[in-house]
Amino acid sequence: MAAYIIRRLIQSALILLGVSFITFMLLYVLPADPVRQIAGRSATAATVESIRQQLGLDQPFLIQYGNYLLNLVQGDFGRSYLQKTEVAQLIVSRLPATLLLLVAAIACELLIGLPLGIIAALNRGKVLDNGLMLTSFVTVSAPQFVVALLLLFVFAVKLGWFPIGGYGTFAHLVLPAVTLGILGSGWYSRVMRSSMVDVLRADFIRTARAKGLGRSKVILGHALPNAILPIIAMIGIDIGLFMSGIVVVESVFGWPGIGQLAWQAIQRVDIPIIMGVTLVSACGIVLGNLIADLISPLIDPRIKLR
Amino acid sequence: MKKLILSTALATLMALPALSPVQAQEPKYGGNMVVTYKDDVATLDPAIGYDWQNWSMIKSVFDGLMDYEPGTTKLRPGLAESYAISEDGLTYTFKLRPGVKFHNGRELVADDVVYSINRVIKPATQSPGQGFFSMIEGYDDAAAGKADTVSGVSAPDKNTVVFKLSRPDATFLHIMALNFSFIVPKEAVEEAGADFGKKPVGTGAFKLTEWTLGQRLVFEKNADYWISGVPYLDSFTVEVGQEPVVALLRAQKGEVDVPGDGIPPAKFVEVMKDEAQKSLVVEGGQLHTGYITMNVTQAPFDKVEVRRAVNMAINKDRIVQVINGRAVPATQPLPRSMPGYTEGYDGYKFDQEGAKKLLAEAGYADGFETELFVMNTDPNPRIAQAIQQDLKAIGINASIKSLAQANVIEAGGAGNAPMIWSGGMAWIADFPDPANFYGPILGCSGAVEGGWNWSKYCNPELDKLAAEADSIVDPNKVDERLAKWSEIYMKVMEDAPWAPVFNEQRFTMKSARMGGDDALYVDPVSIPVNYDYVYIKE
Amino acid sequence: MTMADASISPEPMVVPENEPSVLRRLAQRKLAILGLLIILFCVGGAVFARWLAPFDPNEQFFDGLTLEGAPLPPNENFWFGTDLLGRDLLSRILYGAQTSLVIGLVANGAALIIGTLVGVTAGYFRGIVGAVLMRFTDLMMAFPALLLAICLAAIFSPSLWIVAMVIAFVNWVQTARVIFTQTSSLAERDYIAAEKTLGAGHGRIVFKHILPHLIPTLIVWGTLGISTTVLLEATLSFLGIGVQPPIPSWGNIIFENQTYFQSAPWLVFIPGAAILLLALAFNLVGDALRDIFDPTQQGRD
Repeated sequence: MAAYIIRRLIQSALILLGVSFITFMLLYVLPADPVRQIAGRSATAATVESIRQQLGLDQPFLIQYGNYLLNLVQGDFGRSYLQKTEVAQLIVSRLPATLLLLVAAIACELLIGLPLGIIAALNRGKVLDNGLMLTSFVTVSAPQFVVALLLLFVFAVKLGWFPIGGYGTFAHLVLPAVTLGILGSGWYSRVMRSSMVDVLRADFIRTARAKGLGRSKVILGHALPNAILPIIAMIGIDIGLFMSGIVVVESVFGWPGIGQLAWQAIQRVDIPIIMGVTLVSACGIVLGNLIADLISPLIDPRIKLR
Repeated sequence: MKKLILSTALATLMALPALSPVQAQEPKYGGNMVVTYKDDVATLDPAIGYDWQNWSMIKSVFDGLMDYEPGTTKLRPGLAESYAISEDGLTYTFKLRPGVKFHNGRELVADDVVYSINRVIKPATQSPGQGFFSMIEGYDDAAAGKADTVSGVSAPDKNTVVFKLSRPDATFLHIMALNFSFIVPKEAVEEAGADFGKKPVGTGAFKLTEWTLGQRLVFEKNADYWISGVPYLDSFTVEVGQEPVVALLRAQKGEVDVPGDGIPPAKFVEVMKDEAQKSLVVEGGQLHTGYITMNVTQAPFDKVEVRRAVNMAINKDRIVQVINGRAVPATQPLPRSMPGYTEGYDGYKFDQEGAKKLLAEAGYADGFETELFVMNTDPNPRIAQAIQQDLKAIGINASIKSLAQANVIEAGGAGNAPMIWSGGMAWIADFPDPANFYGPILGCSGAVEGGWNWSKYCNPELDKLAAEADSIVDPNKVDERLAKWSEIYMKVMEDAPWAPVFNEQRFTMKSARMGGDDALYVDPVSIPVNYDYVYIKE
Repeated sequence: MTMADASISPEPMVVPENEPSVLRRLAQRKLAILGLLIILFCVGGAVFARWLAPFDPNEQFFDGLTLEGAPLPPNENFWFGTDLLGRDLLSRILYGAQTSLVIGLVANGAALIIGTLVGVTAGYFRGIVGAVLMRFTDLMMAFPALLLAICLAAIFSPSLWIVAMVIAFVNWVQTARVIFTQTSSLAERDYIAAEKTLGAGHGRIVFKHILPHLIPTLIVWGTLGISTTVLLEATLSFLGIGVQPPIPSWGNIIFENQTYFQSAPWLVFIPGAAILLLALAFNLVGDALRDIFDPTQQGRD
């Protein structure tokens, strides 16, 4: 087990290296000059060149990349081109908010999606099943912005049950987490249903029922654990997705997460921030998948870590 | 011996400047104002901050030698109590106001001014405003890093600063009022290093007391501000990361005093239809023009007839309708409220038949294909599509390239874009002077690779006229200078490298409790709000 | 009770002679018929848009807007109302079907196929092949897709096929992860080992014993994926990589108008309903097909 984890961590480091290289290259190739953004619209050609030299942006690609890596291993993510603030500071100031929302959102997705999926599977073919299926599709097809704004409007503006966006207390967390929960629950409920249906028809279930085990015992004790495997993988994926930032929900609810930082940086070609955020979210993705892969054998011992 | 020409207004300027503009009611003191923005604030370093968001915050934390009367484009002395210009226009002598303190308690001296100007020009600062100071003697060497200081700035005594210029420049006083000239204390800059932008120390009406990254900034009143009686607010809070639609909802509920990004297009009609809300909206002009640039170095836009035809093809009224009436059609590059605007000039009237005839004259009777670049944020793609339809009516098939701002700017700078709709990147004046609308966007210096003169229009004759106009520094000859500028822009319209479409109006929504002259909420210089002079009514 | 005891013994897929054909069995299911009809309706709308659309989808009508420039709700002239430039929404929806069908079917389908190939191969073979494939998947997950889109937008002239390619390039990873996990579990079952000792080739095992159990998951990903890819296309087109204005797609109509959903809800709900119906329709057909091919259902209909 330990050997497996170490192997995975080494592989992850390689992946991060790969991601850093690809991102740096894309930024280099991008036909949008970051120096022009820094120098502004009134700068003379001389000013632009001077800034370019100071930032080392006139160097060839490999030298720039090498310098970046060198600084990175010392913990220096560089300074934002436009804000002059340290990138590490910018990311750290937003990371707690992103992590908090991540955990809360996944919890909501599961709390909403799993029970609905199980109920649908147990009532297969009936109106309830079809109704729940319709609901799943509606939530997945709905544009994020609309759902977020709708929930904010109804529950915060009109009813006043929650603050209108912002960050700081539990009350601030509810709406954004529930929004993400609703938006993502469709996937979980559909997969759960599908998985349960498959498992419920298996022979061992019939065997258990024939043995006289009660219905709920069969479902919770035998069917559910078998059905939950794909869900674990999905949670891993979700961790990764949320770490890359959910800009829309963040901006509607004024949630100071990484997504907004990344989005602004991309518009302005603020390379140090883009590199920093991409690497941090890559960490999240790799970690998420690793955790999912470590949990899977616990659920289904047939899966071996190899 | 050089005679000193006193500015005609100098006598009245010897006294402390007039306080707030005549207020309709008695201003009240106290309270905290809440302003929201979507984007994070980049920096509060006056030498670096150059977006419309931090522009007015910097004006509240720092001061410069010159300033503007609140809500207007009229210059008045700031940290300088008086100034004198030599007869040849090459020497400016400023007398500093005594007793001005920085937020850290130290008194302002002339050396601070020298330090600040040197800092902006120094290459290591990477200031976007460096180029504005090119008229000062010694600029070239300092900007190239060959000299440590700028020879043309000096402090003969504690209260006097002398500027020597290498050429007479009528915009110099405006430059002294520009954020890039604001005075910073050396010890605070050195202590904070690269973080000075997050820990600003100035002489302004407000000091920054809190900056929670990604969430909010809090500015508190400077009790020792050198203009007595100002500011009125105890503090103002800037909340960032707020979607404009949500900010408006919060404003409607009274949680926010001014949504800094304005009324989003989606809510505009709804707000203006509601009498109660409409009364809270202040409308004002901006020193802004939205225009279509045409690359004059590429066929078919190298033919002036084609460019004129484009001007005539655009239905400006319909475009203004599409953006819910938030602008006024434009006939020339300068906006209406800019000095030097040519009154009574009708420009190219909307005439699609006439446009088709011109095209035929130029040899394009069957029209042609081209590309129209536009920035992808609403409402610009819509405006571009309206333009596209107008062009189609005269036979020009323009395919739209809707891209991120940085990509459009890049294409424009590289000369790869035949047509660009400037919306979202349109020129807003740095200072209220007609010269500011020429150099980087219509002059030869901007027509280089990477420059903002996206039409690559270079008319050396006009450049010469511009330099002549700017050398008229005698304040008594202001009208002569403005007339020259008007002539320059009329010639530009003749050559038609641009098709000016509209001048955007500014609509600022404020909460019912905010007081102060309307002009303060659409201050042409201190965008969006002049924090120093507004107050809370209760 | 340990999981190891639970073994699913799938029956091989045999269609007995006196069983009706697949199509016939499909026809017996009402919901599947409904699904097929909706799909045909959408495809028909897309293919025959030129004849069905009452107006030119790109024509901005002067009387398509109010005096203040606001769009019109559904009325007798414009059955679905107009958009922010005064264009007929019904015509734009019909033409938009062309774009959205290509994305929802081709891009999504490609993502599904690639993801399945990678996931099954990695989950079945494990070892080095599996590790390499899954780490590659991790890499692709962390890939800065937005940056890629912006780069491509600047280098190539934007087109529907480029955005379809980018979507397929980016969306296959999720399917791969989930399929990998499931295949890892399935491949370890006792009967698989039994088949191997009997000399069954990998291909036969995968097709007969593993894939059928993956079909339910694939259907979920394939159908829900239609919605997400159509919406994703809008985001990518916004960055300049996909269809450029004024070409309509269901996704970009929603995207352009989402801030207006309170004042002009038809601009969001009608295209949203279209996407929903298409995804649902495929789900109905998919579910029916799954039931038909379900090995554990054999002989129990």
